[in-house]
Amino acid sequence: MVTDIYRVACAAGFSGDRTDVAKPLVDELLKMGDPACLIFESLAERTLALAQLERQQNSEQGYEPLLAEMLEPILVDCIKGQIPIVGNFGAANPEGAARLISAMAKEKGLPDIRIAIVRGDDISAQEFRSQLEGLLSSEDRKTLNQSKLVSANIYLGAQEIANALNAGAQVVVTGRVADPALTVGPLMAHFKKDWDDWAFLGAATMAGHLLECGAQVTGGYFADPGMKDVPSLAGLGFPIVEFDAQGAMFVTKPTGSGGVVNRMTVTEQLLYELHDPAKYLTPDVIADITQTQITDLGGDRVKIVGVKGHPRPETLKANLCIDGGWLAEAEISYAGFNAYERAQLAAQIIRERLSDLDLRIDFIGSSSIFASDRGEGPQYRSQDGFADIRMRVATAHQDKSKANKVCREVTALYTCGPAGGGGVRTNIKPRLNTLVCFVPRELVQTSYEFFKG
Amino acid sequence: MNKAAPLYQFAHARTGDKGNRSNISVIAYRSEDFPLLLREVTAERVKIHFGFRKPSAVTRYELPNLMALNFVIDDVLDGGVNLSLNLDSHGKSLSYWLLAMEINIG
Repeated sequence: MVTDIYRVACAAGFSGDRTDVAKPLVDELLKMGDPACLIFESLAERTLALAQLERQQNSEQGYEPLLAEMLEPILVDCIKGQIPIVGNFGAANPEGAARLISAMAKEKGLPDIRIAIVRGDDISAQEFRSQLEGLLSSEDRKTLNQSKLVSANIYLGAQEIANALNAGAQVVVTGRVADPALTVGPLMAHFKKDWDDWAFLGAATMAGHLLECGAQVTGGYFADPGMKDVPSLAGLGFPIVEFDAQGAMFVTKPTGSGGVVNRMTVTEQLLYELHDPAKYLTPDVIADITQTQITDLGGDRVKIVGVKGHPRPETLKANLCIDGGWLAEAEISYAGFNAYERAQLAAQIIRERLSDLDLRIDFIGSSSIFASDRGEGPQYRSQDGFADIRMRVATAHQDKSKANKVCREVTALYTCGPAGGGGVRTNIKPRLNTLVCFVPRELVQTSYEFFKG
Repeated sequence: MNKAAPLYQFAHARTGDKGNRSNISVIAYRSEDFPLLLREVTAERVKIHFGFRKPSAVTRYELPNLMALNFVIDDVLDGGVNLSLNLDSHGKSLSYWLLAMEINIG
C-alpha cells in the first residue's frame, strides 16, 4: 500500500562522520512507525580514488573503513523494524562491503538478510580505456596519457537502488552514485512514480540534496556565536526528511537531539554546491528551485514545497582520478617578540634555497605554543611585536624526492634558521588529480544483484 | 551622507565547491534587507572584492523566495581541491570573505 508519508533519515554526510548518530535516528523512525529508510552518504570527490588505492594494496579492502562501526548499533533494529539501509559505503569494493555486512548479520542471528549490490559505476578497467579517451578534451587526454589512472567512475542515478528495494533488498550497497540518488531511490520505490515524473523526481532530488551532507542541515557547519547560535553541537542530531506523494517535504531531526533546523539552516543547505538554481543537474532529473518556498514551522521543523523538475540530461558525469605526484607540507613555530619578522626571515631562507620549487608559504597565528590548551598564558600576545606565528610551507611535485626537500629544509631551520624556531612537523603524501567527462547514457550498463555469501 | 557597513551584519552565507569553481550563497537575515542585498551585492562588486584571487567570471542568481543570492565564482580555488596548495583547498572559508565586503547602507 502507498502511504502518505515516507521518511528518509541520513546518518552520514562524509566518510569519517560521527558514528553515534544513527541510533537516535533509527529509534525516532521506529517510534514514528511509518515506512522509512536510513541512508549513509560517505563518498566525496576524492574518497573513491583513495579507496581504489587501498583496494590495489589489499583486494579485501576499498570499501568504507568505518562501515562496521556505522552499522553495528543499528543493523538489527533496521532489519527487524523493516527500515532498509542504503549507502554508497561500497566505494571501490561494494562486494567487500556486502561480505562484511553479511558476516555482521549472521553474527547477530540474522542469517538470511537480503543485501543488494548496485553495479555499473566503475569504468576503470582497461576495456573502457579507449572509450574514455574519446570523451576527454584533447588537453585532458594528454594529461591522462602522461599519468596513471587510479579510478574512473560514473555518477549513477537512482533506478537500480529503487529496483533492488522493490525486489526486497534490506540493505543496498552502492559505489559511486549521485548523492541525492540515495534518497531518490527509496522514494521512487515507495511511491511507485514514473521515471518521467519530473516534478516528483525534482522534489525527491532536493530532499536528497538536503540530506546528503548529514548535519549540515541540522545546525552543523552553521554556528557563528552571537549571530547564529546552535544549541548542543556536541550532541548534534542528524536529519530526517518526511516526504509525501505530492512532493512536499518536511526537514526535522530526532526529538531531544542537539542542533537546530530552521529557515536559515535549510536555505544554506538548499543552495550548497548549487550553481544555476533553475538547473541542478543530476542523473535522474534537472531540478529547479526557483519557485521553491521554505516555511519555518518552529520546533525544528521546516516545510519545503514548489520544487520543479525538467527532463534528465542525456549524459552522465564521470570522474577520473589520476596520479598527481606528491604533496609535501612542513611547519615551524616562532613565538614572542619579533616572531613575525623571524618567520619572514625563515621564509626568505626557504625561498632562496628552494628557488626551483613552486612554493606556498603561510603565516598562521593566534595562540599556541606559549599558552596552555585552556588559553592560560602570556598576556603579551596582542601587544605590538609579540606574536605567535606558525610558518607553513607547501609544495607539490611529481618527483617525491624533490617535494621532500620542503620537509628537509624546514627541519634544517632548527639549527640553520632564525632564533627560537620550534615544533617542526612535516608530512608528505601522494596526490590525486581529477578529470571530468560526460558519458552518453547508452554506453552505461547498470544492474543490481543480491549478494551470495 | 553614505554609510558603509559589512555585509556580515545583514546576511549569512555558505560556500560550496566543484572543481575550480566556488559558489557562495548570501541569505538575508530579515526579508526587508533583501532589496539592499540586491542593490549592493552585484556580480561586478563581488568580482572586484575577490580580485586578489583573480576570478575569471562571477555570475549572480537571484532567489527572492528564499531571500537569497547565489554567486558562482570561476577559477578562484587555485585549481581546486586536488591541485591547491592552500590550507583551505575547498575554499570553505571564502563565504566569510564575501561577508566582509563593505556595503552602502545610506
